[in-house]
Order: sequence, then structure tokens, then C-alpha cells
Amino acid sequence: MKHTLTPQRYLILLAVTLSAPLGDALLTRGMRQIGTVDLHHLGLLWQALFNPYIDAGILLLIGFFASYMTALSWADLTFLMPATAFGYVVLALLSRFWLHEPLSGRRWAGILLIVCAVGFVANGPSLTEHPELNRMDSGAAR
Amino acid sequence: MTVHASDLRAWSSILTVAALAIAGECLIAAAMRRLGDLDDIRARSGMKGAIRAVLTSPLFLTGAICMALNFFALLFTLSAVDLSLAGPASASLTYIGNAAAAKLFLHENVDRRRWLAALCVCVGVYLISK
Repeated sequence: MKHTLTPQRYLILLAVTLSAPLGDALLTRGMRQIGTVDLHHLGLLWQALFNPYIDAGILLLIGFFASYMTALSWADLTFLMPATAFGYVVLALLSRFWLHEPLSGRRWAGILLIVCAVGFVANGPSLTEHPELNRMDSGAAR
Repeated sequence: MTVHASDLRAWSSILTVAALAIAGECLIAAAMRRLGDLDDIRARSGMKGAIRAVLTSPLFLTGAICMALNFFALLFTLSAVDLSLAGPASASLTYIGNAAAAKLFLHENVDRRRWLAALCVCVGVYLISK
């Protein structure tokens, strides 16, 4: 049980899960305020950079990338996949309870499946042991 | 005949999107595995040292290029294929492909529990996106 997660690492997983959907939702809200961008109105993209929702969205997506990279340094890709997919659940719940969009039975079933997937991997080890790499690391340390 | 040709083009562009995402994620994961725990690097060399270590990794840079190509491939795909097909199909294929690539190339221990999780994510994403 060497690769169980510390509370700090659970916080990083929480950041991975929440920052991407929140960032996407903020970008969507910001772009709705800016309006449709086409080839004749490319200047709107520059204007978008000064929209607080867009700025907050960009910051959250940078935060997502930083926390995802950090998590990949101590966890398997297949361990993190359900955590990133949980972002779809957060987005669906945000659209239901914040944007008041209807959520069909099919979408509730999808949410249930992704929650099950998180449950399947959450109790297992976060990182696969590679004895040969560990030997190389301890050799390099000496 | 025309329907088959457009179907083939749609699915080959969806497969390209998924393949680039899988390559990008696996390369970035391999880079981070090779670098080791970023918290340790940050403790030793500070935040700048950690950022430099990541940005100077050839595996990371190749992975980032794949992710950038994935973005443009997705834009190309969306110009020809409906979002309701391209979104869930490419996301589901990426999750299953990631599990297989992680086992083959990263030598991760993808046991029955993780396969089941990948399958649940795949179907779950499909259901949510439809």
C-alpha cells in the first residue's frame, strides 16, 4: 500500500476534476457576452481577452494543466482518466442546477456510470510499481 | 456509394483526433513519469526549476505538439462531422485507447478493475454527450 494518496494529493485530484469544467463554463459565459466571432470580426478575440469571465476561465484552464501534470508525476494515466472524466459530470450538474437546463434520463445514466468508474479505481493503488526503474533511481542517487 | 465515402472520411478524421490525443497523453504521462514527483523537484529547485524541468523534456514537447495537432484535427473534424457524433465518439475512443496504450507503452498495471472503469467512462461520456 505504498501508493495511497495523501490529503494534499486528493486536493490536486479535486483541482484536476473541477478546474477544467469550471474553466470551460466561464469561457462559454464570457464568449456569450462577446458574441459570435467570424472572419470579419476577428478583433472581437482581442476584446475577449479583457472579459473577466474569459480571464478567469483561462486562469482555471492553466490551473487544470498544472495540476494534471503534477498528478501525472505520481499517478498512472489510467488512474487519472476517471478523475478527468468526472469533469463531464460536473459540467452536466452545472448545466442542470446553474444554467437550469433539463437533464434527461440518459444523461443521469451517464453520470452514474462515470461515478462508478471513479469508485472502481479510487480504492486501488495510484501508481504501478516498476522495480527496474526504482533500481535505476536508487543507483543514480548513490 | 457517396454515403460510404463520407462515412469513411468522418470516421477516419475521428480516429485521427483520438490517435493524436492518445499519443499526446501517453507521451506527456511518460515525460512526467521519467521526471519523477514534481513536488520533490519543486522542493529541491523551486517552482522555476520544476517548470524548466517540464519544458525541457523532449517527451513532453513531443506530447504537447501532438495535443496541438489534436486540437486542429478536432477543428477540421467539426467542420465536416456533426458535434453530436464527433464529440462522444472521439472522447470514448480516446479513453479506451488510453487504457490500451498505457498498458502497452507505459507498462501500467491495467487490471480488470481499470478496464471496467475505462469501459464505464467510455459509455458514460457517450450517454452524457448525446
